[in-house]
Amino acid sequence: MEPFLDTGVTAWMLVSASFVLLMTPGLALFYGGMTRSKSILNMMMMCFGAMAVVGCIYVLWGWSMSYGESLGGIVGNPFDQFGLGGSFDPVSILNEETGAYMPTIVDVGFQATFAIITVALIAGSIADRTKYATWLVFAGLWATLSYFPMSHMVWGDGLLSGAGPFASIAEPIDFAGGTVVHINAGVAGLVLALVIGKRKGWPGEAFKPHNLPLVMLGAALLWFGWFGFNAGSAYGADEVAGLAWVNTTTATGGAILGWLLVEKLKYGKATSLGAASGVVAGLVAITPAAGALTPVTSIVLGALAGVASAFAVSLKTRFGYDDSLDVVGVHLVSGLVGTVLIGLLATDTGLFFGGGIGQLVVQIIIAVIAIVFSGVVTLVIALVLKATMGWRIPEEDEVTGIDQTAHAERAYEGIA
Amino acid sequence: MKLITAVIQPHKLDDVKAALEAAGVRGLTVSEASGYGRQKGHTEVYRGAEYTVDLVPKVRVEVLVNDEDVTTLTGVVVNAAQTGKIGDGKVWVTSVDDVIRVRTGASGPDAL
Repeated sequence: MEPFLDTGVTAWMLVSASFVLLMTPGLALFYGGMTRSKSILNMMMMCFGAMAVVGCIYVLWGWSMSYGESLGGIVGNPFDQFGLGGSFDPVSILNEETGAYMPTIVDVGFQATFAIITVALIAGSIADRTKYATWLVFAGLWATLSYFPMSHMVWGDGLLSGAGPFASIAEPIDFAGGTVVHINAGVAGLVLALVIGKRKGWPGEAFKPHNLPLVMLGAALLWFGWFGFNAGSAYGADEVAGLAWVNTTTATGGAILGWLLVEKLKYGKATSLGAASGVVAGLVAITPAAGALTPVTSIVLGALAGVASAFAVSLKTRFGYDDSLDVVGVHLVSGLVGTVLIGLLATDTGLFFGGGIGQLVVQIIIAVIAIVFSGVVTLVIALVLKATMGWRIPEEDEVTGIDQTAHAERAYEGIA
Repeated sequence: MKLITAVIQPHKLDDVKAALEAAGVRGLTVSEASGYGRQKGHTEVYRGAEYTVDLVPKVRVEVLVNDEDVTTLTGVVVNAAQTGKIGDGKVWVTSVDDVIRVRTGASGPDAL
């Protein structure tokens, strides 16, 4: 067929990319409200720093490492389409039969926003204490060595995709990034929290959130942006996109209820921080599953993720790692819940729907590979930066407040 | 002249203000305060982490009065601020050497 520009899909993908980009400032509010009042600007700056660094390197070698010529199914060749040149094909065929296409440059924008937010997610585990320059260098290194290879393996016809070896058991399902985004960022957050160490005084002193309305506003913006994340990942303005949109909402509703139920039973009160956290847990869990579940099974998945993450946020105090804003408890745990439970709940291939055990096995395999890959890569980067640039600001600067000592600013007049 | 200082429950401020106004008081100063007495603090839970907040929000009301009004007006404040529960606060009286009205420069009881 003669290729023709599918303007409907192209328009929706441009809108989706814009939605997903808005998630990172939304995350800055979500995280920023959870820090102490003396560290909010640094937290927001880490998120904006991810936008800057990853936004630039994505077009230089990020796209090529994700979708360029495959090197053993692990990573794309960074020089194949470096700077969107070389063998970069400006036309992305959407449908071989009709010839519908969208300009590849639109996909570049869409995918860049995913890389940005994945890096920004990690910042939550290292609040209040991290040298800003080290963070910016980490953002570039981690995107290059962990995110781009993971996205190649899962979405670039690599090892963990339908073109990889595990597809002989069942085709791995990661609709919008349960492994690439959430398990990847969650494991990185855990590794960084362990390598960088606890904040002074944690967990003895009060490290409570300083502005819960900002947290809720951030959660709302994330939810809104996630429609681009999940429904945009349909790569169409069609029924799959609609299904992903509805699943994104029902799973999130279920997760809020799950989280609040745990709080009510364990502590006696349903909290606004619990509701905002439930929003993110549900969004994370439905991310890999948004195209594979029904709106009703999505409620079940979301509720389970909300319950699991509500319990998991207490693990850090039990095991003594200062994952400041619960990147592990929310993103790793709900990312795992979503990725693995696809094996049970997938409408066509899940164990509960007569699809046998294959899907479950494959989902566990891709989750474990994501954990190991991200864990090893992040550990190496973190240790190299620890030995060279150093991760921690001086202790007295941390006590005074990183906004003042690292950025020469304060978020609020009259408050330390 | 005396200064009556009352540290009270924030939700009783309107009652205290209205009672003092009804008793003829024409001016007072209110500020936000935090502290603790016998009720100690309370517990807050954020993502499962419990924090004891030992400073409780209070409101401080300050009124300058003539010596002969002290007993009546402290009684007015206590009556209006009382809920009978722990945490109702305290009222105390201190002597004031002089008071000057900034607008006119008048001093002493004339400035009240």
